[in-house]
Amino acid sequence: MNLNIEEIRNQFPILNQSVNGKPLIYFDNAATTQKPISLINAIKKYYENDNSNIHRGIHTLAERATNAFEETRKSVQQFVNSKEVEEIIFTKGTTEGINLVAYSYGEKFIQAGDEIIISTMEHHSNIVPWQILCEKKAAILKVIPINEEGELLMDEFEKMLSSKTKIVSLVWASNALGTINPIKEIIEKSHAFGAKVLIDAAQAVSHLDVDVQDLNCDFLIFSAHKMYGPTGVGILYGKRELLESMLPYQSGGEMIKEVRFEGTTYNDIPYKFEAGTPNIADVIALNHAIEFINGISKSKIRDYENSLLDYFLQLICETNDTIKLYGTSKKKVAIQSFVLKNMHHFDAGMMLDANGIAVRTGHHCTQPLMSRFGIEGTIRASFAVYNTKKEIDVLVESLIKISKK
Amino acid sequence: MSKSINEIQDEIIENFNLFEDDMESKLFYLMDLGKKLPAMLEAHKTENFIVKGCQSKVWLFPEFKNGILHFEADSNTEITKGLISLLISVWSGKKPDEILTSELYFIDKIGMGKMIGSQRSNGFSSMIKQMRNYALAFKMIK
Repeated sequence: MNLNIEEIRNQFPILNQSVNGKPLIYFDNAATTQKPISLINAIKKYYENDNSNIHRGIHTLAERATNAFEETRKSVQQFVNSKEVEEIIFTKGTTEGINLVAYSYGEKFIQAGDEIIISTMEHHSNIVPWQILCEKKAAILKVIPINEEGELLMDEFEKMLSSKTKIVSLVWASNALGTINPIKEIIEKSHAFGAKVLIDAAQAVSHLDVDVQDLNCDFLIFSAHKMYGPTGVGILYGKRELLESMLPYQSGGEMIKEVRFEGTTYNDIPYKFEAGTPNIADVIALNHAIEFINGISKSKIRDYENSLLDYFLQLICETNDTIKLYGTSKKKVAIQSFVLKNMHHFDAGMMLDANGIAVRTGHHCTQPLMSRFGIEGTIRASFAVYNTKKEIDVLVESLIKISKK
Repeated sequence: MSKSINEIQDEIIENFNLFEDDMESKLFYLMDLGKKLPAMLEAHKTENFIVKGCQSKVWLFPEFKNGILHFEADSNTEITKGLISLLISVWSGKKPDEILTSELYFIDKIGMGKMIGSQRSNGFSSMIKQMRNYALAFKMIK
């Protein structure tokens, strides 16, 4: 699997800098990954040569921009292996995707007494939209508990399922713990009761192979910026018949077929859900992120990242008692939460930043999960393909140094 | 005659200048200062006197006596506590007017500007606002 990491790093100009006088070590990849130079150049090139509004203009620039925009949609279709390209909807991110489904599907199909299932390890963006929907519809939100390792209690999940279950909305890989959930099994079991399943793939998409037809999920949602892509672009995959049956989310230009004051007819999918001028430049740039991942291959990226996580855990193990880990499942993406026994995570984050190391500290937008473990927050290190074992050495040395203080 | 707010700020800046750009030493120094902050009365650490931040929590208790405003404060994080001790040395024991007309420039100058940049990440910037609010409130009473 020998990857030339030096060569990969060279594609990320941002990594080549000092922070507080130390070489930057970027371990906040679960928040957002850095962007390859090909993508940065593509954005520049677009604005220099092709900038134009898409789908409506008949001039050459409009055609170029439209083609490039729709090329990305095709790439995403292949990336997640959806049956049809129209099942790929551009949003501004995972949060918007979940809100879209909660509103557009929920508003039409959820009734009083219906049940929606989420889990303890969800990001706030996969909790609050459902809370709002449940409140509005007098529906019931059920939460799958987890064990000490940070894994779903599948027995409890199965007990929750019934004919009342209408939606199961679950994270594939936990942003705070890294746990990979057995979503295929969950989808099958949910479908047996007629429930629709939404998969939050924000943290999974850059690490795990995504095949929406094989998974048979009803919706799968992720953000471009956590897979080496630009911010402000997200993907909502939905099965055609579901997307067609749902209400529009926002209304205005692009999403209409015909507008009359007597009544308006809506455009076909995907445009029905893409009201207004989209984030054209960044959607086009996303294609370069997909190319970057495919160029290395996701399985090689995953193997390499897993080797980094294993190395980190091995070093942590040798520090004995100074560090407590959260999220100790065997099945994980390269994310590790931990706390220092004698230092608040905020102080630790500041001290690591002083050493040039970027980690995330706090509750990671998973307050219910933190409560489950009886903590306020953690330090989270998350690895990407451009990170190195040497960087992990520096992280662990710094942790030991600051915890001795 | 006690030192003016700006005299105290200048002294702090001078002390921190010794560290030059060594951020880690500055933070260790702040944590040491935090440890020396006089303990806050537990009875004053109530919900009413909490200044919430996303990551660090701050308690702030004001006392107004003979025209002078005193502050007691504490935090659950050491670095924030260190900054609090500096802020208290600058503002506690002053008249409300002196606090309200002063400009806090030392935080930026000692390289801790990011601590006041984002209210979301810590209670320290909320604490500054809250101290000014108290100064304004006690000024009215007077």
